[in-house]
Amino acid sequence: MTADTRNSALDAATGLPPARTPWEETWRLLRKNRLAFSGLLIFVIFFLVAVAGILLTAGSRPVLDPAQVRLQEKLLPPLSLPNHEVLPPEALPPLGRYLLGTDDLGRDVFARMLQGAWVSLTVGFVAVGIAVIIGIILGGLAGYYGDQELEVGHLLVWTTGVIAAFLLLTNRPAGAAAAAAASAVIWIVMRRERSLYEGPPSRRRWFTRGLVSVDTLIMRAVDVMLCFPSFFLILTVVALLPASLYNIMVVIGLTSWMGTTRFVRAEFLSLREQDFVAAARALGIGDMRIIFRHIMPNAMAPVLVSATLGIATAILTEAGLSFLGFGVPPPHATWGNILSDGKQFIFDAPWLTFAPGIVILIVVLAFNLFGEGLRDIMNPKLRERN
Amino acid sequence: MTAFLGRSLIQKTITLFLVSVVSFLIIHLAPGEPSQIDPLNPKFSPEMVERMRQEFHLDKPLHIQYLLFYRDLFSGRIVSWRDNLPVLNKIGERFLNSLPLFIVGTLLTWTFSFPVGIRSAIRRDGPFDKTTTFLAYVLISIPGFFFAYILIILVVTQLHVPVIGMYSFGIDTASPMVRFMDRVWHLVLPSVLGATGGIAVLSRYVRSQMLEIIGQDYVRTARAKGLPDDAVYYRHALRNALLPFVTMFGLILPGLIGGSVIIESIFSWPGMGRMAYEAILARDYPVILTLNFITAVLVLVGTLISDLLYMVVDPRIRL
Repeated sequence: MTADTRNSALDAATGLPPARTPWEETWRLLRKNRLAFSGLLIFVIFFLVAVAGILLTAGSRPVLDPAQVRLQEKLLPPLSLPNHEVLPPEALPPLGRYLLGTDDLGRDVFARMLQGAWVSLTVGFVAVGIAVIIGIILGGLAGYYGDQELEVGHLLVWTTGVIAAFLLLTNRPAGAAAAAAASAVIWIVMRRERSLYEGPPSRRRWFTRGLVSVDTLIMRAVDVMLCFPSFFLILTVVALLPASLYNIMVVIGLTSWMGTTRFVRAEFLSLREQDFVAAARALGIGDMRIIFRHIMPNAMAPVLVSATLGIATAILTEAGLSFLGFGVPPPHATWGNILSDGKQFIFDAPWLTFAPGIVILIVVLAFNLFGEGLRDIMNPKLRERN
Repeated sequence: MTAFLGRSLIQKTITLFLVSVVSFLIIHLAPGEPSQIDPLNPKFSPEMVERMRQEFHLDKPLHIQYLLFYRDLFSGRIVSWRDNLPVLNKIGERFLNSLPLFIVGTLLTWTFSFPVGIRSAIRRDGPFDKTTTFLAYVLISIPGFFFAYILIILVVTQLHVPVIGMYSFGIDTASPMVRFMDRVWHLVLPSVLGATGGIAVLSRYVRSQMLEIIGQDYVRTARAKGLPDDAVYYRHALRNALLPFVTMFGLILPGLIGGSVIIESIFSWPGMGRMAYEAILARDYPVILTLNFITAVLVLVGTLISDLLYMVVDPRIRL
């Protein structure tokens, strides 16, 4: 870095660097990081393709029918022309050619890939969305309210509350009402006790005595979840539940929130002690506003990075599950099950393996490159000054 | 030290207990029951199902089932619901099959990642660094099953070697040398596949660790006093960069039992991963829960070992 380049970055009139908002700065750095930027581009293209895919292949009379079986036309290589003599006119591919060939039932692989794109996209985003929401809530709780003790009374309130919810779900309204009332009574007694009696902790009543801190509780939960081998756990749950796309999303989401929780907690722990938070508190701003307006925006960088990388992992996991035959039930195509069906014809019809394989690779690679680029950009320590 | 050991032992026991409860609940609260796995089989009369349920304690309340299960597990009497064989023996057998994969895979990972990572850190942003960085991302992103098929196509069409299974059918009568080579060839692909992800991740980690150390003042000092590059990089930088990796030895431990479900099912390798997969399909709860429990124990022991190793190699750390 020479003095020359440094001066050019300064504004001539004021001698100060030109003002940029953080978003502009991030965008500028992203443009300079070629790998990350191409990752973002591929992601945008993938998004558009997936949306186009759901529009073109859904409905009762789709433009591109992924379920159209043409037994006369099976295992045709990519770009081959349909045989007009044997096919009824409604079974002809609308594009005039089989862009990616046909599979063992003569279904158009291109249409099936389009249908599968939507599955991968939604699984990636919904699963990571669930994980990030859980992660932010738990990580924020552990980071901001971490040193508060969970009292015996709290435990009672929660247990009775859960019992009430359980009874309500199993259709026993009388029991549910009783449990809910018990929960409310304990809560009111606790509130009264606290306001009447402000003594040293040693002389508190038993039900306001501390049990564990919120932080310990949440971090132990993270430890417990980390003890499970993740793919094995997902496989077990998905195999036991009825096959559906929603189950996969929820299960992947519920088993991958631990990383986000840790990041958010760490950010909250350090941000909580900073002067701007102390200032906000001194102004009498409420906890919720401090958390969501002041701390959260500053804690988003690692969350965004881990979310982007998480999408890549979720897409891979879904593909692996479909490959093993779990997940979205058969007539619906996913990239994983196209590949899994094609593996028997690996030497005769390699496009059935390569089309989904390469597409998964490109999409996952795009998310990984974009995520890693984002991490570099948002980490001021690694940023080259210029 | 003793205080730390005691504290973490207690903590880990509690965690293990919670893991056992959670995994038990997940398995048993899921809809469906093992006795209903084959409803069309005419042999499964209602009396038969009832007898099975009694035999497997499925008619008891959940907490009793939990206690019975872990009593059986700890006394080693636990049997598979599928074939009534002792679960621990089954796992032991499969473990011996997975062990060579694990050993070769780990050796490959650790021997390849370090040279690659160190070189790309030293030649930062050079062509080697850029290529390996991109390659590492490709290897992280490629679905294992797709990569497996690419390699199978390559190896089978180009090299004409057997790849599926643990050994070729009917090889028992061949000479020991042929048998040995056969085993080796069968081992190559699955272990390379198992190692690729690890190599990609670990080499990136080595690179970033090296880069951080190279930026330190004492490395600049070493260079300033005129030491040759090799001495600076390998004696001053590398030794310090190795610190976090020593602790990673503990974290390998869970991989011992993991085994890759996907890779083992592609290669028909009768290892732990496939066993888990088959157990899940057959709803063989004892096998699933035992595997889960052993993995959890290994994860916890692994983190304990890595904490202890950290203390041994880095005297600044007092736990």
